[in-house]
Amino acid sequence: MQIELTINDKVVKWEVANDEFLADTLRSHGFLSVKKACDTSCCGLCTVWMDGKSMLSCSVLSLRAHGKKITTIEGFPKEAEEFAQILSAEGAEQCGFCSPGFIMSVLAMKNELVNPTEEEIIHYLTGNLCRCTGYMGQLRAIKIYLGVA
Amino acid sequence: MENVGQSIRKIDGMAIAMGKPVYTEDLAMPNALVVKILRSPHAFAKITSIDISKAESLEGVQCVLTFKDVPNARFTLAGQSYPEPSPYDRLILDQIVRYIGDEVAIIAAVDEKTALLAMKRIKVEYEVMEPVLDFEQAIGHPSVVHPEEDLSCNFEIGLQKENNITSSSHEEVGDVDEEFKRCAVVVEDVYYPQAQAHTMMETYRAFTYLDHAGRLIVVSSTQVPFHIKRQLARALQIPASKIRVIKPRIGGGFGGKQTGAGDVFAGLVTLKTGKPAMIIYDRKETFSATTSRHAMRLKVKLGADQEGFIRAIDMQVLSDTGAYGEHAPTVLSCVGHYTLPLYNKTRAVRFDGKAVYTNKMPAGAFRGYGATQGTFALESTVNRLAEQLKMDPTEIRLKNISKVGETFLTGQGVMLGSSTLDRCIAKGKELIGWEEKFPRRVVSYNKVRAVGMAITMQGSGIANIGTASAEIRLNDDGNFTLLTGATDMGTGCDTILSQMAAEILEVPMEKIIVHAGDTDTSPYDPGSYASSTTYVAGGAVVKAAEELKMKILAQSAAILGVGPQDVEFDGLAVRTLSGDQEISFAKLAELTILGTGKLQLVGYATQGCEVSPPPYIAGFAEVEVDQETGKVDLIDYVAVIDCGTVINPNLARIQAEGGIAQGIGMALYEQVRYDEIGKMATNSFMQYKIPSRKDVGKVRIAFEESYEPTGPFGAKSIGEVVANTPPPAISHAIYNAVGVRENHLPITPEKVFLGMQKL
Repeated sequence: MQIELTINDKVVKWEVANDEFLADTLRSHGFLSVKKACDTSCCGLCTVWMDGKSMLSCSVLSLRAHGKKITTIEGFPKEAEEFAQILSAEGAEQCGFCSPGFIMSVLAMKNELVNPTEEEIIHYLTGNLCRCTGYMGQLRAIKIYLGVA
Repeated sequence: MENVGQSIRKIDGMAIAMGKPVYTEDLAMPNALVVKILRSPHAFAKITSIDISKAESLEGVQCVLTFKDVPNARFTLAGQSYPEPSPYDRLILDQIVRYIGDEVAIIAAVDEKTALLAMKRIKVEYEVMEPVLDFEQAIGHPSVVHPEEDLSCNFEIGLQKENNITSSSHEEVGDVDEEFKRCAVVVEDVYYPQAQAHTMMETYRAFTYLDHAGRLIVVSSTQVPFHIKRQLARALQIPASKIRVIKPRIGGGFGGKQTGAGDVFAGLVTLKTGKPAMIIYDRKETFSATTSRHAMRLKVKLGADQEGFIRAIDMQVLSDTGAYGEHAPTVLSCVGHYTLPLYNKTRAVRFDGKAVYTNKMPAGAFRGYGATQGTFALESTVNRLAEQLKMDPTEIRLKNISKVGETFLTGQGVMLGSSTLDRCIAKGKELIGWEEKFPRRVVSYNKVRAVGMAITMQGSGIANIGTASAEIRLNDDGNFTLLTGATDMGTGCDTILSQMAAEILEVPMEKIIVHAGDTDTSPYDPGSYASSTTYVAGGAVVKAAEELKMKILAQSAAILGVGPQDVEFDGLAVRTLSGDQEISFAKLAELTILGTGKLQLVGYATQGCEVSPPPYIAGFAEVEVDQETGKVDLIDYVAVIDCGTVINPNLARIQAEGGIAQGIGMALYEQVRYDEIGKMATNSFMQYKIPSRKDVGKVRIAFEESYEPTGPFGAKSIGEVVANTPPPAISHAIYNAVGVRENHLPITPEKVFLGMQKL
């Protein structure tokens, strides 16, 4: 079935199967920043934006993306890089496999929460798992990024 | 120092954070066959018939392979230096299946859907046998997991296959029983650290193809490219010269990727079909058909005199290695090797252990490698001893720990070269607020806060076994290439190794190109495990850089027409001491490589150490326990670390924070569980709970640097030691809070609640 969507500000028409998930479709079209790691919609690695809201692309049928605006980290290199610079200056990307999805969530959080507290930051990002860092370095990077103490 | 000791960002940091296509799956050819594995539904069974005709005939299926199609050579998936201590006890596919998840057939098809459809069309009949599920019942069980005649070992490991004993380990110095009789206080307890899953975010994966020379190229998410090469050569029965293993960026390993996984299946498909093949383990397979930490039972007995000097230690270990013996002998012996040397006022020490086969998923290497289990048991017993002696737990450590220049009973005379463990303990006490908080404080009508502590050590590389080589060359353009076999799996070793090279060569890091983890081009390195990379590979890099520096000086001096003693080196150029002549690296490169010199300058070194100097940590936990529900919240965790010189403080701190978080998971949340037929009940993140960012409280790291005389720039290891303190420290804090001593990990609210009912 053909869908038409906007991917990183570009309108595309893609053939997708009825049972295909968006994460797989995105990867098959070369958006390789989108990672999958859990198969149960709970790790956050496949996070992309749909119409400006972060969502798990492993759990959305590609058909659902028809007429939508999808953004991956490839879609806003400047904003993502600004945070990625801070993250990697902390050493908090470690293996990096969870970083693109995590960064997508952090950027969404920046849009949604005004002056979040530490507790609010942690709560917002709970769905982004990381096995390498123990989360402390990520929190340090976010605080620097948001300019909160 | 310009480079060493600086928090330099990882050289691959931006690329991986921004999602650039640099991991195994990203690099695979789009036409690669998809490889899937049909797995056993029985814990122990013999395949009596297997009909693949309906699967093979499906359009798009390239091959279906069964035990009839594989070489008859038993091998081990353990990635260890040759001769591997792990028994050669598995075939690529076997007629006997030994756990639920064991491989039955390999399917390769043009896409995943076809492969999965073909899998459903394979008809297998089994003769089901009685499995060995309880590791404490394995010895003497009527079922024998590995009766086969052709199982072999490279050397004696104490295997008794008729008794399901994979390996045995015994060490004894002094008369332990006599010494206990002389002790004023003797304490004893039994501990059950659980099987833990690595859960690296990138699951196991590899893709394989044949190159222009017909060689098998294996791009694998592995910590051990050279070991995978040797393993594949044996398993596939082809010469090692026909195999090249390449490690791209890795999405975490934690020891899991020190054991082979899908490489052999994809490799076999490529050899059979001549086509590229890709295997990706899904999360369920990663949980239930790879490896976990060894579950163990440890009995620890400690004796001390009136003054609190620990005089006798007895440790008896039973380790569950599951269906295959990957890392069984070495994890077992490391339980003792990485715990007993902590305390050296002993007069008698005994360690006795057995690893046993069961019909469950194999155990394997996991960050900490036996030290984690041993530390939980020993340190918990030391905390018990301190209570009996009415001593502060920190004081009993300070009184008993090994100090610089000292030896320990089982250490065969090796002297401790560096330690600031005493300072780590003091600093940790201060940071956690031990004096005010020990042992407990009531904070509300139902909540109590308490603190606990533990210390730990690990090794740095494997003494007399681990070696690493490194090569650095001056390129034609005046830049340098560092070749190493060390395998960065997110840890940052490509970065810290080039920091070390840059420091010696006095050049900016940008001038050094790192090429690592490729068995065709890298000098030999066993891979990143056993806390080796900073210490062993780092040592090789330092030596290679020093050699190159000498050659640069000598060659430059010759070109300038002066003696080598008359020149100096500043990273950009070589100058005469008088300052009137100089030659830049670029010019030197031009003359030596392109011009009349005809000698490309290369520094090369192999490093192997006779010692494995221990890094140390003092870990302190503060918990809050709800007395009505048994719920434990970790409030604060302080780890003070002696890893020698810290090469890159930010990367070392992240390693530590991440390791502590894994230890917190082991202490409180994580457990690989099986149901009554031996099926894994925790095969997704929905059942197997790793800590989220809400579950780790606050983790604080501090360093108390020592200088290890045998280490590069005085460095020791950090990768593994960080996982060890949370189970005993948190367990201690919970005991101090509510009086519940829970020796079965993880310490869940249910266990704490039920424990409180029994008080």
